[in-house]
Amino acid sequence: MQLLLTFIAKEFKHILRDKRTLLILFGLPIVQILLFGFALTNEVKNSRIAILDHSTDEMTLQIANRLSASAYFDVDRMLQREEEIDAVFRRDEVKMVIVFPSNFRETLLHTHKADIQLIIDGSDPNTATSILNYATAIINDYQESLQGNPSLPLTITTETRMLYNPQLKGSYNFVPGVIALILMLVCVLMTSVAIVREKELGTMEVLLVSPMRPAILIIAKMVPYLVLSFVIVGIILVMGVTLLDVPIRGSLPLLLGESLLFILTCLAIGLLISNFTRTQQTAMLITLLGMMMPTLVFSGFMFPIENMPIPLQLISNAIPSKWYFYVVQAIMIKGLHIESIWRETLILTGMTLFFLLVSLKKFSIRLT
Amino acid sequence: MSEVDNKTIPPVISVEGLTKQFGNFKAVDDITFDVAKGEIFGFLGANGAGKTTAMKMLIGIWKPTSGEGKVAGYDIYSETEKIKRNIGYMSQRFSLYEDLTVWENIRFFGGIYGLTREELREKGSALIDRLGMGEKKGSLVASLPLGWKQKLSFSIAILHTPQIVFLDEPTGGVDPITRRQFWEMIYEAADRDITVFVTTHYMDEAEYCNRVSIMVDGRIEALDKPAQLRKDFNAESMDQVFTSLARKATRSAD
Repeated sequence: MQLLLTFIAKEFKHILRDKRTLLILFGLPIVQILLFGFALTNEVKNSRIAILDHSTDEMTLQIANRLSASAYFDVDRMLQREEEIDAVFRRDEVKMVIVFPSNFRETLLHTHKADIQLIIDGSDPNTATSILNYATAIINDYQESLQGNPSLPLTITTETRMLYNPQLKGSYNFVPGVIALILMLVCVLMTSVAIVREKELGTMEVLLVSPMRPAILIIAKMVPYLVLSFVIVGIILVMGVTLLDVPIRGSLPLLLGESLLFILTCLAIGLLISNFTRTQQTAMLITLLGMMMPTLVFSGFMFPIENMPIPLQLISNAIPSKWYFYVVQAIMIKGLHIESIWRETLILTGMTLFFLLVSLKKFSIRLT
Repeated sequence: MSEVDNKTIPPVISVEGLTKQFGNFKAVDDITFDVAKGEIFGFLGANGAGKTTAMKMLIGIWKPTSGEGKVAGYDIYSETEKIKRNIGYMSQRFSLYEDLTVWENIRFFGGIYGLTREELREKGSALIDRLGMGEKKGSLVASLPLGWKQKLSFSIAILHTPQIVFLDEPTGGVDPITRRQFWEMIYEAADRDITVFVTTHYMDEAEYCNRVSIMVDGRIEALDKPAQLRKDFNAESMDQVFTSLARKATRSAD
């Protein structure tokens, strides 16, 4: 026990004396939250739009007013001719042009059907989708407000109904995503590098030749990163709640418990990687390509898994962060309890045990 | 240097027919030798000759494929844990933590060999005094000159006064003066009855050993006092002895 404490103290010293790594460890989550929260947002605010109104009747003016009154759009200009559309897009002056056909009101009232053309800058598909959704929502809204003509079918109808996140808030997605990503980074990368570094330095050999039990080495390597990860989860949660208004609707202890489980998963993976690699660079490469990339792609954090082809969906099941991401979202955003996420929890537990067993087995083989 | 009488003192390492096979490749091929207590035993060979593999079996990291062996009186198959308590080990060059201080390194490595707080304080202070590093106690190892790091590393390897200390190419990449100083420390340790088992490929260092063995392609091709080997091979230096043996090698270096 005395030995374990000495060993853990030594590991903490390694971490705390490496100021640059420490800065990265704590700076990264903060920077990521700020970046995702404020800079890289898919949310659309004050997007400039232009309107080409061939009709200029009471209805088209009302729709235009509604659009410009919303927080999402600023009507930048009124166009006069079709030819101008191309030009304003090319100069990147607007994100969307709305075209009303001539006699819009008459057509709508007499044929119960009228078209509005939405031309959107599709160069950033995420933004484009958001703009489309906002615009159609506003137009549908207007349609519903036309009392006395409740069933006037406008051609633009959307089926989008956003549960839990009616404003399509990006932060609901990326706060859990950033937590998963950072935990991967800290636990997998740092743990594997910390162990492999000892191999590179030659101190690992000295440790293996000593009478010390390998379990002590493993525990001592894991404990500091476990503590560190927990602090980082705390930081991200506090920032998410205070700065980005992300709710924690479910139970906080459950959320922390699941995070602890995922931290253990990551530590076990880090241990496994360190068993197979000899240099810090290899460990880093494997972690970045083998863990971070799949986390980004397959956790559902950036790209919706439901939209992927079936084979990729199946692969995503093997990515631990997918399950953690789901669980965190379920607890924070949907406020679900353990009854609804026990399956995911069980899968994560299974993965953790599997990785731990494999790496411990591998570790003891190397000793004999 | 005192001559060692192999007949009367029981050997502290004894190996018979030791073999380690990886697939069809015999890294260590049927080697047999004894090392007496307090002896400085040089384990020579080119890179890839099987020195490190043989040593790893002696220190309990790898299990032999066949053969018998006892280290510090314990069996190398079944009593590796006991062997580990009774030996010290210094891997290639020095293996200290550069981002820990001199004292922290002493405390950590002493700790993993189970030294108590009192023993640590006592032996650690004695070590510091012997090396004259009192002022550097709180400095990071990274800031020490090369020679000091190496001395410190060796001193830490024998801090728990093991029966045998294994040194795996301890002077690789070190300048001749520092090497000379390092060998003085090895003699001091041998005077304190610590057996020294050292691998090297510096032939001038071979002259410092009581006895040397020369491995070629996994076998021990020669084993005797350096003076005797020079005589047997009709050579002026150990370098010539080694070259005439190594010429037979068919393996390339790893």
